[in-house]
Amino acid sequence: MSAVPSTALEIAAAVRSGQLSALEVLNDHLARIDARDGEINAFNLVMADEARAAAVAVDAQVAAGEDPGSLAGVPLALKDNLCTRGIPTTCSSRILEGWRPPYDATVVQRVNAAGAVSIGKTNLDEFAMGSSTENSAFGPTRNPRDTGRVPGGSSGGSAAAVAAGFAPISLGSDTGGSIRQPAALCGVVGVKPTYGMVSRYGLIAFASSLDQIGPFSTTVADSALLLEAIAGHDSRDSTSIDAPAPSLLESLGQGVDGLRIGLVTELMGEGIAPDVAARVRQAADALAAAGAQIGEVSVPAAAYGLSAYYLIAPAEASSNLARYDGVRYGMRVDAPTTAEMNAATRTAGFGDEVKRRIMLGTYALSAGYYDAYYGKALKVRTLIMRDFEKAYADFDLLLTATSPTTAFKFGDKTADPLSMYLNDICTIPTNLAGHPAMSVPFGGGSDGMPVGVQLLAPALGESTMFRAAAVLEAVAPALDEVWS
Amino acid sequence: MSARLTRDNVAKVADLARLNLSEAELERYTEQLGAVLEHAEDVASLDLDGVPPTAHPLPLVNVLRDDVVVEGVDREEVLSQAPSVEDRRFRVPAILGEEP
Repeated sequence: MSAVPSTALEIAAAVRSGQLSALEVLNDHLARIDARDGEINAFNLVMADEARAAAVAVDAQVAAGEDPGSLAGVPLALKDNLCTRGIPTTCSSRILEGWRPPYDATVVQRVNAAGAVSIGKTNLDEFAMGSSTENSAFGPTRNPRDTGRVPGGSSGGSAAAVAAGFAPISLGSDTGGSIRQPAALCGVVGVKPTYGMVSRYGLIAFASSLDQIGPFSTTVADSALLLEAIAGHDSRDSTSIDAPAPSLLESLGQGVDGLRIGLVTELMGEGIAPDVAARVRQAADALAAAGAQIGEVSVPAAAYGLSAYYLIAPAEASSNLARYDGVRYGMRVDAPTTAEMNAATRTAGFGDEVKRRIMLGTYALSAGYYDAYYGKALKVRTLIMRDFEKAYADFDLLLTATSPTTAFKFGDKTADPLSMYLNDICTIPTNLAGHPAMSVPFGGGSDGMPVGVQLLAPALGESTMFRAAAVLEAVAPALDEVWS
Repeated sequence: MSARLTRDNVAKVADLARLNLSEAELERYTEQLGAVLEHAEDVASLDLDGVPPTAHPLPLVNVLRDDVVVEGVDREEVLSQAPSVEDRRFRVPAILGEEP
């Protein structure tokens, strides 16, 4: 039995004070990965050698009387769409297999500077396109709570790594729910910060106006700790907000007394499973018992979010993924001319879903259809932002389900892309608005699988959002608590 | 509003996107993309006259940084990752139709 604590806050405190060595912590986690990742497949790559070197360096700092930082000795898993210098970064795509980036993503630099020990690169739906991690070129990740079910996606590997105890914290990216939905399905905390709060430099682009990096953890406090470490301005990302990183940990104990929290009418009815909706109402009751004022609020344009998203995100993706042409990096399939080489490379390198989205986006942007599809979707985005603005005139936070159902079984939704896309109905409006949102585990569904409830806040409203998340965490029913 | 997606539409889009599709793939994608576009009709059929488009969530214009020289990415390291290199440049097959 190991004496290594389970949270990042406790591990960092023990390592900083010299009670526990970073190497000991790392070896403990590597042993867990050895024991179970063959079954889970959370990792595309376990960076055992690099991690050992990093842990030894942290221990040397402590021995020399230096403070390694807020994440001292904490094992951390990185989604495999975050660039790591000299270490393969694949986006779970054949087209990038073997590629070693010539630079580190800003978030990677920041967690390293804070003393974290990067332990591996986690599996994802290829190029972060999917909601189940079934679209990975390297095989699906399995849900640690029930290996017959998906972990969600696209950051399924990062969610599963935390749920399985392979690392106390991990980083993912969220374009339409890719952090929050797998967090909900695996029963962990997942946060999508305000757009621009975390630098996207070195995050391989899917849909640039929507992508945002954020944390996974088992506790609300650990997500606050990790977000504090990665947030803040970066001149290498021109969309980075020029403001200091927020103080989240210190706001956690402040409670929700007097906060106005709205249940979004449009995201409570049709399409949301009854057991999930019941947990959302139970969470609302818990917040009310803690002193919050609960009301219902309408965000009418949210109903169009899914359609707008599945025009905007593929449109941006079709442009971003044009760079995979077999010229500068990744795989190349040879052909007599460059145009034929481009097509042969892309045809062999991209999987089914990526091709589908590239074509959808190319179509939505093509002459004759631009105004009807992409142009309209951008206008709907304005309506969604206006409706949120109205809602936040009366409420401090909003509450919804994170995912319409608990974790589904492998193959359930792969034949019908639209049914897979409907998973994102509650998470997408936030990305279109650029707002923060997070998923907090809140008991189980009728199948005993985890349910996540989602808190939404206006731009830069993270500290209020974390306060409510801490309250929900404190009163959340146990996963196996039976329905009354 | 918009006509139903045809197999020829999909073939043209695949060509624009530099993807070679088999007959079976063309058929499958026509059906699947058609279903997604049908769902998107709720947006395409909205009257949005006078609503300005939002391409981006932040009100940013012309973000500039100080004109300070910083070290760039290492050239040799970048070239080491390319499928084909000649004289410290990326090498590609014929682009103008001459003999390969």
